[in-house]
Amino acid sequence: MEVLQLTNFLAAAVRMAAPLLLASLGLVISERAGIINIGVEGIMLMAAFAGYAGSKLAGGYWYGLMVAILVSIAIISVFAITTIKYKSQQVIVGAALNMFCAGLSSFLYRLIFYNTGRFDEGIAAASFPRISIPVLSKIPILGPVLFNHNVLVYFSFVMVAVLWIVINKTSLGLKIIAAGEHPKAADSLGINVLHVRYLATIFSGIMIGIAGAYLSIAQASSFGEGMTAGRGFIAMAVVILGKWSPIGALLGALFFGAATALQLLFQITGVEVPRNIIMMIPYIATVVAVLIVSRNKVGAPSALGVPYEKS
Amino acid sequence: MKVIELNNICKAFGDNKANHNVCFNLKKGEIHALLGENGAGKSTLMNILYGLYSCDSGDIVINGDTVEVENPSKAIEHGVGMVHQHFMLVPQLSVTQNIFLGMKETGLFLKMDELKKKVAELNESFGFNVDPSAVIWQLPVGVQQKVEILKALMRDAKILILDEPTAVLTPHEVKELFGSIKKLTKSGYSIILITHKMEEVLDYCDRVTIMREGQVVDTLLVSEADHDILAKAMVGRDVCLDRIIEPQESGEVLLKLEGVTVLNDKKLPAVKNLSLEVARGEILGIAGVDGNGQLELGEAIVGLRKIEEGTMNLIGQNTTHAKPRTMMDLGMAHIPDDRHKKGLVLDFSIKENLILGSQRDEIYHNGLLMNYAKVKEEAERMVEEFDVRPRNIELTGAMLSGGNQQKVILAREVSRNPEVLIALQPTRGLDIGAIEFVRGKIIEERKNNKAVLLVSTDLDEILTLSDRIAIMYKGEIIGIVPPETPVEEIGLLMGGIKNKKPKGGEPDESQV
Ligand SMILES: Nc1ncnc2c1ncn2[C@@H]1O[C@H](COP(=O)(O)OP(=O)(O)OP(=O)(O)O)[C@@H](O)[C@H]1O
Ligand SMILES: [Mg+2]
Repeated sequence: MEVLQLTNFLAAAVRMAAPLLLASLGLVISERAGIINIGVEGIMLMAAFAGYAGSKLAGGYWYGLMVAILVSIAIISVFAITTIKYKSQQVIVGAALNMFCAGLSSFLYRLIFYNTGRFDEGIAAASFPRISIPVLSKIPILGPVLFNHNVLVYFSFVMVAVLWIVINKTSLGLKIIAAGEHPKAADSLGINVLHVRYLATIFSGIMIGIAGAYLSIAQASSFGEGMTAGRGFIAMAVVILGKWSPIGALLGALFFGAATALQLLFQITGVEVPRNIIMMIPYIATVVAVLIVSRNKVGAPSALGVPYEKS
Repeated sequence: MKVIELNNICKAFGDNKANHNVCFNLKKGEIHALLGENGAGKSTLMNILYGLYSCDSGDIVINGDTVEVENPSKAIEHGVGMVHQHFMLVPQLSVTQNIFLGMKETGLFLKMDELKKKVAELNESFGFNVDPSAVIWQLPVGVQQKVEILKALMRDAKILILDEPTAVLTPHEVKELFGSIKKLTKSGYSIILITHKMEEVLDYCDRVTIMREGQVVDTLLVSEADHDILAKAMVGRDVCLDRIIEPQESGEVLLKLEGVTVLNDKKLPAVKNLSLEVARGEILGIAGVDGNGQLELGEAIVGLRKIEEGTMNLIGQNTTHAKPRTMMDLGMAHIPDDRHKKGLVLDFSIKENLILGSQRDEIYHNGLLMNYAKVKEEAERMVEEFDVRPRNIELTGAMLSGGNQQKVILAREVSRNPEVLIALQPTRGLDIGAIEFVRGKIIEERKNNKAVLLVSTDLDEILTLSDRIAIMYKGEIIGIVPPETPVEEIGLLMGGIKNKKPKGGEPDESQV
C-alpha cells in the first residue's frame, strides 16, 4: 500500500471508530454501575434522527447535537425509571426500546421530511466540519490520521482520558464500581445505589446521543432509516472487548473502525469479491473478537443486569 | 450508660414475624452477645439498627436520643458500624478503596498515598497488619474480616456490630480477633457480637441476650450463665453435642482414591498424590487447617474439579473423569461448603431447591411435564422432617436464614438415599440445635451402612463424628489416626509436624 493510501485508510478507521467509541464510553460507565442497556441501538438511531432534524430545521449542527442529546436523555430516562425504579428486566426493556425507536424514527422522518416539500432545496443538513489542528495536523501520517477531524472525534479522545480518571482516581468512580460489583456493600456504606445507577445511565444517554448525532451530522449530513446498522450492538461488543475500561474501549473501537474502513477500502479498490460479503467484515470481526475475548473469563461487573432491591 | 436502646422493635417479612417486640440495650464499653437459633431474628434486628432494613414499629435510641435510622449513612453518622454476616467487600477493589468507599471526607479526587497512610496508621493503633494495597479477592477471609472492622473504625464508629465474625476464622484468627476487640472496649468502644459459639460468649462477653423465634427470651450477665443455661434458653431444650457414635463394623470400600492430584484456582497443585478409602458404615473425617487442599479434594470427588492424575473409584466404577450427574446416579450425595454458590439456587423456591437434581426421577414427572402436586407433597414432607423454618415451601432460598438453608440442602441430599455422602463443612454457621440435628443425620447415614466422608475445619466436629481421622497438610494426608488420639497430637499434625508414628488406624497411605 502506498503511504497516501495507508494514511487515508487509518484516517477513515479513526472516523469510523469515533461513533463506536462515543457510545461505548457511555456504556462502559452504565455497565460498570450494573446496567445493561441493549436499547443503545435504538436510542442511537433516534438520536441520529433528532440530530439531523435539529440541524436541518434549526439550521445549525450545534442545535442538532443538542436535540440529539436531549432526545437520547429522554428515551434513556424511560429505560432508567422502568429498570432501576420499577425493576423491570433490563434486556426486555432494551429490546422493546429498539423496536420502538426503529419505528418512531422512520415514522417521524417520513412525517416531517418526506412528502412535505422540505427536501426541495436538498436533503443535506449542516454538519460538523473538519478542523485541522494547527501544527499537529502537519505531522506526516500522524497528522492526517489523528488531527484532521471534526470536533466530536477530538471530544471522544478527551473523554477516554476523562473517564479513565473518573473510574480510577475519584470517589465517584469507586461508587460506580461498587454499584455494579456489589450493590449491597455499597448500600451498607450509605451509598445510594439507585442514584449512582441513574447518574451513570443518564450519562450514557448523553454519550449515546452524541454518537447518534455523529452518524447523521458529522459522518454524513443526512439521515437514513436504520442508519445505525447495528453500531449500537457493536458498541456493546466494544465494551466487552475493552474489558469495561475506557482505554480498552478506545482500542476496541479502533479495531472495529479499522474493520469498517477495510470494508470501504475493498469497495473502492474493487477487489473481486461480492460486495455483500465485503460489507460483512465489521460484523464478522465483532463476532470473532468477542468470542476470542470471552474465552477466558471476562471481567463483567458481577451485578450487571441485576436490579437492586432492598428489604 | 446506655449507648443503644432498642424498644419494642417489630419487623415482619410477609407474615413471618422476624422481630416481635424486641427490646435490647447496649452499655458503653461492654461486649454484649446476641445469641439465638438460626432464623431467630438476630441479623434482622441488627440490620434494622444499622438502617439496612426498616422496622415496622418500635424506636431506636442512640446515646440518649431517639433517632430515625432510615439508611446506613444515618447509622454511620450516629457512630454505629456493622460487620455483616456475609462480607460486604467489593472483591475487585483494594483494601484502601474498600475502606474509603462512600466516605465523604475523601473529596472527589482520591489521594491514594494519603489514604493508604491513614489505613496504615489505623492498622497500627489497633494492632492489625493488613496490607493497604492488597486487592480483596486475593486475601484470606481472616484478613477480609479485619478489613471489615477497619472500615467501621475509619468511619469513627464507637458502636460496633459484629454479625458472626468468627464463623469462617481459624482458632488462631479467632483469638487474635478477640484480642483486638478487648483492646477496643478498653478505649471506650461498645460491641454487639452475634455468635453461635458458647465458648466465645462465656470467655469474652459481659452480657448476653438470647432470642428465639423473633422474641427476646432473656438478657443475663455472662458471669451468671453457663453453657447449659444458654443452650437451654436458646433452643428450649437440652442439647448434647458429645460423641455418641456406637462402634460398628465397617463393610466394603465404596469410595477409593489413588494417587490423586488436583489443581486449585491458581492452577497450582492443591491435592498431591493423595490416596484414601471410605467404607460402608464408617465416617472418615478429614481434618486440617483451612486452605490445605480439603476443599479442592471435596470438589474433585464430587466431580466439580478435574482430577489431573490418579484414579477414583465409586462403588466399583471408575469415576475419575465422571460428571456429577453420573456420580449422583451411582449414589453419591454432596453437601457443599458454600451453600449460596453451590448448595442452593437462591432465587428458586424451597420446593424447587428440595428436588433439584431429582427432577428427572419418575415420581416427579409424567412424561413431559413436571408433576408439581407430587413435588409439593414431597417438599412438604421434607420440610417437616428436617424442621425447616418457616414451613413455607414457596419462599425463595434467599429468604431463609443460614441454618435453614443448610437444612434444605441436607434434606435434599439425604432424601435421595445415597450410598456415599460427601459432607463439606456441614455445620458452618449453624446454631447448636441445628448442629445437633445435622450431625444426628450424618450419624444416621453411617448407621444405615452408608459411607460418609466428612471434611471440616472444626476439629471438635471431626472428633465427635469420625471413625478415622485423616489429617491434611499442604495437599497431602500426613496421618490417619483413630478418634481417641490426643488432641495435641492431631493439632501438631495439622501444623505439619509429624513426630510420632500414628498408633492404630489405617497405615499412613500418603507418600510424604
Ligand atoms: N430479606 C428477607 N426476606 C424475607 N424473609 C427474611 C429476609 N431476611 C430474613 N428473613 C426471615 O427472617 C427470619 C430471621 O432471619 P435472620 O436472618 O434475622 O436470622 P438470624 O437470627 O440472623 O439467623 P442465622 O443465625 O441463621 O444468621 C428468618 O425466618 C428469615 O427467613
Ligand atoms: Mg444471621
